[in-house]
Amino acid sequence: MTRLWSSAGTAAALAGLIAFAAVPASAQELNLYTTREPGLMKPLMDAFTKSTGIKVNSVFIKDGLAERLAAEAAKSPADVLMTVDLGNLIDLVEKGLAQPVKSAVLEKAIPSNLRGPNGDWFTLSLRARVLYADKDLDLTAFNYESLADPRWKGKVCIRSGQHPYNTALIAAYIAHHGEAKAEAWLRGIKANLGRAATGGDRDVARDIMGGICDIGIANSYYVGLMRSGAGGPEQVKWGSAIKVILPTFEGGGTQVNISGAVIAKHAPNRAAAIRFLEYLVSDEAQKIYAEADYEYPVKAGAPIHPLIAALGTLKVDSLQLTEIARYRTSASKLVDKVGFDR
Amino acid sequence: LTDLSPDRRVATRQNPWLLLSGVVTLLVLLPITALVTVAVRGSTGLWAHLFDYVFPVALRDTTILLGGIGLLAGVIGAGTAWLVTFYDFRGRTIVAWALLLPLAVPTYIVAYAYLDILHPVGPVQTALRSLLGVDSPRDFRLPDIRSMTWCIVLLSFVLYPYVYLPTRAMFMMQAANLVDAARTLGTSRSALFFRVALPLARPAVAVGLSLALMEALNDIGASEFLGVRTLTVSIYSTWVTRSDLAGAAQIALVMLIVVVSLVLLERWARRQRRYAHDAQHPRTLVPHQLGGARAAIALVVTSIPVAIGFLAPAAYLVQAAVARVRFAGVSGAIVSEAINTLWVSLIATAIMMVCAVVVVYAVRVGRGQLPTVLARLAAVGYAVPGTVLAIGLLPVTTIIDTIADWGTVTLFGTTVGLLMISSGAAMVYAYVGRFLAVTVGGVEAGFSRVSPSLDDAARTLGHGAGSVLWRVHLPLTRPALATAALLALVDCMKELPATLLLRPIGFETLATHLYGEAVRGTYEDGALAALTIVAIGVVPVIVLARVGHSIR
Repeated sequence: MTRLWSSAGTAAALAGLIAFAAVPASAQELNLYTTREPGLMKPLMDAFTKSTGIKVNSVFIKDGLAERLAAEAAKSPADVLMTVDLGNLIDLVEKGLAQPVKSAVLEKAIPSNLRGPNGDWFTLSLRARVLYADKDLDLTAFNYESLADPRWKGKVCIRSGQHPYNTALIAAYIAHHGEAKAEAWLRGIKANLGRAATGGDRDVARDIMGGICDIGIANSYYVGLMRSGAGGPEQVKWGSAIKVILPTFEGGGTQVNISGAVIAKHAPNRAAAIRFLEYLVSDEAQKIYAEADYEYPVKAGAPIHPLIAALGTLKVDSLQLTEIARYRTSASKLVDKVGFDR
Repeated sequence: LTDLSPDRRVATRQNPWLLLSGVVTLLVLLPITALVTVAVRGSTGLWAHLFDYVFPVALRDTTILLGGIGLLAGVIGAGTAWLVTFYDFRGRTIVAWALLLPLAVPTYIVAYAYLDILHPVGPVQTALRSLLGVDSPRDFRLPDIRSMTWCIVLLSFVLYPYVYLPTRAMFMMQAANLVDAARTLGTSRSALFFRVALPLARPAVAVGLSLALMEALNDIGASEFLGVRTLTVSIYSTWVTRSDLAGAAQIALVMLIVVVSLVLLERWARRQRRYAHDAQHPRTLVPHQLGGARAAIALVVTSIPVAIGFLAPAAYLVQAAVARVRFAGVSGAIVSEAINTLWVSLIATAIMMVCAVVVVYAVRVGRGQLPTVLARLAAVGYAVPGTVLAIGLLPVTTIIDTIADWGTVTLFGTTVGLLMISSGAAMVYAYVGRFLAVTVGGVEAGFSRVSPSLDDAARTLGHGAGSVLWRVHLPLTRPALATAALLALVDCMKELPATLLLRPIGFETLATHLYGEAVRGTYEDGALAALTIVAIGVVPVIVLARVGHSIR
């Protein structure tokens, strides 16, 4: 028995030892919880530290960010929360995990339709949901509605309908045309799928190159990541096997989603957190968003990467983003209903 | 008569083992209890939608997936175990341990690797096209692997070792006498397999398959990636896409009930069979020597699972990692990530082993059904998807933190803050809660081979329960314990969802690193991390094979 207890004690002591990973929150530090891939955030975090001396500690969490924050409650070390989907961001606000802030810098840099009315959420960059098409295809313009056109039977590649990027697109469709039409549209796309609705956005380009599909829907920045060579020589081939069209809704524009941030409700380093957000909309940081991540800057007039600018002029759909976020649950249920992912 | 021995009476009166076993089980059940409270808080409005649109297909797909894997992994695992135990052929000693290697490869890595290998623009089809003189994949390509069939095949070829390992151990331990007896009675060699060896191995196959199937059921990475929508994937979209945690908890609990019922049903079905082992006269089985073509066939058949489940994906990863290192160099972070991975996994494994020994030994020294029920309950975490368990664990960490905080504030006037998450203890807790079944199963199998007469003899000599455990059971079952520990260690190192959610700020393991890269859609970026996971996983697997060897 005593041996048993002593081994349990040893184990507990060992567990204590890994506490080296714990990061104390000091004035010159800042803690970031992000659902955004760490590789994409790193250049921005490094540049911020260089310009302010404030160190950014981050943890990449995919699912369960809200649940972890709720459990940590008032003791949470989190200062800034970042997501890559508006629905997820507004979710944090609605669950009471964010706090509003007032910052003239943020208000000036971010257009009013791209931030919460009370200063409770902020867009940092934009990405468009675009069409990848076989480069030899005779196609110059496209609208989202025609994804369901039987002409494309067995020729459409897209990731899971339940992925936030797609639920946002479907939600935008509902906002434009109503739920009944959205259902018929989804059934049409489902009938057109060339393979299971799965994988990532880059798989769309690779599958077009592999002859599995002719067209597909994916995010704009992957074009830059592939064609620039940032992802290695293989991906340059994928990127050059496709041409990219900025599709529009009939009578509307191109659907965009955002990457954004909120300040955590119990942020221990609130001032540093605001500084971080203000930094992220500075010219310098917006340039990094465009150059390293190939996204559309949120700040008007900030330069767009040439590879992305070459895709054409982005005409953002006029729907309010919050309007789209409202239909997210309906969109997800429609995906189940039409059996999109099976 | 033993009931009258003073030690046994003392043990019954106080039974610290039962108490400890109860504590372990309680800790395992806490996160699940938390899930129940989440589930009952939600509305039941979701169920109409689920019954109409989700369950019919999710249930069908889950059944097909598990049925397919059960069959294929069962046949591969038991079949290869039979071949390498009952027959001798050139190369047998190597394949006998190499058959364990796929254990080191996480299911999600296998899925990524095979999509790359078999994609129309991948190496296999490109070579095939140049062989056939076809220029474009538009003119000729093989069917896409993102399908149910391939999901069953790929998962089976990495999960079969769960069946192979216990079945082979069972064959080596128990078969010699019975097989010799059956041969004396004129049973043919193939009839031996179906009429003697297989029925004999049934508990081992059942234990192995239940582990393999629960791995498959709770797998999110591979099945989602291959486009198969299981119940677990439905839980995911309910929770993540629709922010309905209560609804997700409800589905998870229903799934848990179904899994537990199935496991109980299997145990009930073989309730009256006994698998006693003659402790005094263990005999070594003399395998039948094969020669010529038969030996070659045996070697090929037993090598195929190794090639598909390990060699091909590992070779692919090596090639991809080399290309990646040439292109982007090596990040120094990978060393610290490997150390983190090992460290956390070792701690969790040590705790799991202690817990498993306590729980299993409580069954041995205790009386009545209670200790057995506790042992079954302690293993229940394996049937819960990793993320779901992690979500249930969050409120538990809050409670523990609050208590610890209250304690330190009262005693030392200082607060400990977020103790569980920031120390990594929450992560370790999740591993223990999830993989305890692996160690409990292994320890149980080991202890069941120690004849109860040995306990009684030691007791008669005046040793207490703890002393008997220390002097008799642990030394006698060292190989079985090592096997259990190594299996659990490999499982911890591969674990992704709970690690992702519960790790402290700035703490990365190989799995979280790989996932971060995979999310961006560049599996090659993660090739080095994937290769390291596999390479580190191979070490315990080889040790495992050596341990298995020394049992003989």
